[in-house]
Amino acid sequence: MIKSSVRKLYIALIFIFLYAPIVTLMVLSFNASRSRAKWGGFTLKWYRELFQNEVILAALSNTLLIALLSSLIATLIGTIACISMQAMKRRTRAVMMGVTNIPMLNAEIVTGISLMLLFITLGMKFGFLTILLAHITFNIPYVILSVMPRFKQLNPSTYEAALDLGASPLRAFFMVVFPDILPGVVSGFLMAFTMSLDDFIITHFTKGPGIDTLSTKIYSEVKKGIKPEMYALSAIIFTAVLVLLFLVNYIPKENKEKKEK
Amino acid sequence: MNRKALSAPYLFWITAFIVIPLGMVLYYGLTDKTGAFTLENIIAIATAEHSKALWIAIKFSLESTVICLLLAYPLAMILAGMQISQHSFIVFIFILPMWMNFLLRTLAWQTLLEKSGVINNILGFLHLPALNIINTPAAIILGMVYNFLPFMVLPIYNSLTKIDPNVINAARDLGANSVQTFARITLPLSLPGVISGITMVFVPALTTFVISTLLGGSKILLIGNVIEQEFTQAGNWHLGSGLSIVLMLFILINMILTAIFDKDGEGNAL
Amino acid sequence: MKKWICALLATALSASLFTGCGNSDAGKNGEVYVFNWGEYIDPDTIKMFEEETGIKVVYDEFETNELMYPKVEAGASVYDVVCPSDYMIQKMLENDLLSELSFDNMPNAKQNIGAQYYEQAQEFDPGNKYCVPYCWGTVGILYNKTMVDEPVDSWAILWDEKYADNILMQDSVRDAFMVALKLNNYSMNTLDETELEIAKNALIEQKPLVQAYVIDEVRDKMIGGEAALGVIYSGEAIYTQRENPDLEYVVPKEGTNVWIDGWVIPKNASNKENAEKFIDFMCRGDIALMNFEYITYSTPNTAAQELIEDEDIRNSQIAFPDLSQYEGLETFRYLGEEGDSLYNDCWKKVKSE
Repeated sequence: MIKSSVRKLYIALIFIFLYAPIVTLMVLSFNASRSRAKWGGFTLKWYRELFQNEVILAALSNTLLIALLSSLIATLIGTIACISMQAMKRRTRAVMMGVTNIPMLNAEIVTGISLMLLFITLGMKFGFLTILLAHITFNIPYVILSVMPRFKQLNPSTYEAALDLGASPLRAFFMVVFPDILPGVVSGFLMAFTMSLDDFIITHFTKGPGIDTLSTKIYSEVKKGIKPEMYALSAIIFTAVLVLLFLVNYIPKENKEKKEK
Repeated sequence: MNRKALSAPYLFWITAFIVIPLGMVLYYGLTDKTGAFTLENIIAIATAEHSKALWIAIKFSLESTVICLLLAYPLAMILAGMQISQHSFIVFIFILPMWMNFLLRTLAWQTLLEKSGVINNILGFLHLPALNIINTPAAIILGMVYNFLPFMVLPIYNSLTKIDPNVINAARDLGANSVQTFARITLPLSLPGVISGITMVFVPALTTFVISTLLGGSKILLIGNVIEQEFTQAGNWHLGSGLSIVLMLFILINMILTAIFDKDGEGNAL
Repeated sequence: MKKWICALLATALSASLFTGCGNSDAGKNGEVYVFNWGEYIDPDTIKMFEEETGIKVVYDEFETNELMYPKVEAGASVYDVVCPSDYMIQKMLENDLLSELSFDNMPNAKQNIGAQYYEQAQEFDPGNKYCVPYCWGTVGILYNKTMVDEPVDSWAILWDEKYADNILMQDSVRDAFMVALKLNNYSMNTLDETELEIAKNALIEQKPLVQAYVIDEVRDKMIGGEAALGVIYSGEAIYTQRENPDLEYVVPKEGTNVWIDGWVIPKNASNKENAEKFIDFMCRGDIALMNFEYITYSTPNTAAQELIEDEDIRNSQIAFPDLSQYEGLETFRYLGEEGDSLYNDCWKKVKSE
């Protein structure tokens, strides 16, 4: 009894620790005063202004677009890479995996700098494309890391059986292999999407004039005082994700329960 | 043969965007402004201000890694003991804060910790002494722990859930008490997760420049700050690259240690 | 899991589509890339410019001169108009990064900017070929009257242990050293190593008393009463006083930095014509007035000065100080690559202490 309440207390404390800043931000989004330091009464003004603030909306759309495109492309390249690595010799594969892990294990700041140097040397103009390329690069390892174990669990004879039964390799792959690796692909995609969404450092070094993601926008606003619209936006995003999470976690369960009955 | 051709796009990608860029960091780090070879940019780590920044960064990241581990392990054990149906929910609970922007989350701590901030208002209300840790090392370490705790919890949690309960039951049946079971069974089996958690906390903490800027009042310079400033303000790419190489050496050491402890690479998967 | 993703994708896609459209008309006459200080323009003036000229403004901000320079120099970020300060304009000029302006295309810039400001700009832009002054001012101490009882008239108060943890310093190398050098009555453009050494040690000695090194945050923190004393640009004084009447701005008796920020066009600009249109637009009396009222930094625009209705502001010593009554005023000069690295090294030592 005591043990279980100690456990609950511990979880609750960690929970407060993790979510206190988030609650703070949400409260600030209703603060009528522009300054972070003063409480000026309750208002919904920032939510209204958010939807007229083109700068923040543009940053939001850049962030989502880059996260979406980069994680999709990374999922594609990463999954193909996993397939091709199955056919490799052990040692080649080990080298490939070693290089793959670099962006994940290396310091983000070094990855950011190295890509910045590359783009400058190539004479590329910083902008959407450079950010996208950088994000794909650091997203790929997350995809590979979650897809690779699925291949290890795969039974190769099912694929061969499909071939023996006359399926083309492509068809055999999509009918037999793909369903098995799909959960890995999906979680890799999600991981990549989240990573891209939350990235600041690498974007900081590869972004160009006139293009901002939410992160870089916030960083530049930190210095001159964050606009409360930003709090409103993050409160919306957070709540949306929270609602999604509950829907996904509770609705399927109810269905299952019904079926069981 | 067909399958090997599939590796072409990926090979191209990692060459162009991982290998060559790192080569460029090496090139800049090992040359001076005229393009001549020099070790000066690497040796620069020995100057008082750089070595101090590196030392503080190592110290802070070690401290925050230890705190993360101490907080995360019991948490992961409690979570792993919960019902199976809640597993995905638990994972999301820890990933969820990541959807609130990293900078905003850290900035929120500024609001909480400030002199006239939320925490001090609450403490003042309760007639307790004020907490003055904003712009101190403590605030930076708190920021590190806060941001990187999920990276410690998840791998440990993963490795704990993989432990076959029968093994633990067997140990119990054979007369081991709970301390013995933990020390001889649970802990060793969860080690891959612990190792991977340590890497995932230590490296970003060692190299951050954002947390120290936001919560340290720009008063404390970490090695990450020095490198960032060389690139964005002082404009000395050679020195910045040289210091980055030193930083990578530390990460490499960390990777080798990890590889020794975690041969199966089990803990890697999130 | 699958549903999760579908929902996620749908939200993300619809959100990006939703936010992607809009501003359709702007851009028919090309673009202009502007790189300016944070919060240094009234956003409405940009909209007005876009509407009147059909040129789309791509607007980007920097925090310090030092952060701006490497971006422009590297060439991977191309800007058409930049607004650096005096010494940085000189640095860009000496490193051949600026393009000469055609004042014939900019009648407003020729007429409306006061002659004395062009005269002042000669110091870093001999012949007035490269820069149109945008704002000017001093640097001083902003203090909170409820937290500081004694009269503030010297930089020395920033070394007073009474105010430990209540002092905000500027987080940029030249501004920080200016304070320490002026405190010791040295020139803020000194290259004398012993003088710099003394200034460096003064800053190191001061560090334990400093609450934080800040840039634009000084404004919010002073308004919120987080600190008693802060080093601040004169332009912020009016704004902060409006938000918190307890604040007072002082130019210390040892002297300070008189600065000018001006519009320049980088050599690699790709829309030079539009850039000149933009600069000229910003020099129009009514536009300069809007900017003055929004950012509250002193404007060198005489047409705008005449339009100011509020007597108090027009005669305000903070907004338009009579510089002849101060002593020890100086303007930053570019000190060459070696001078730069000398200052940078000293600053790094201060920061890493």
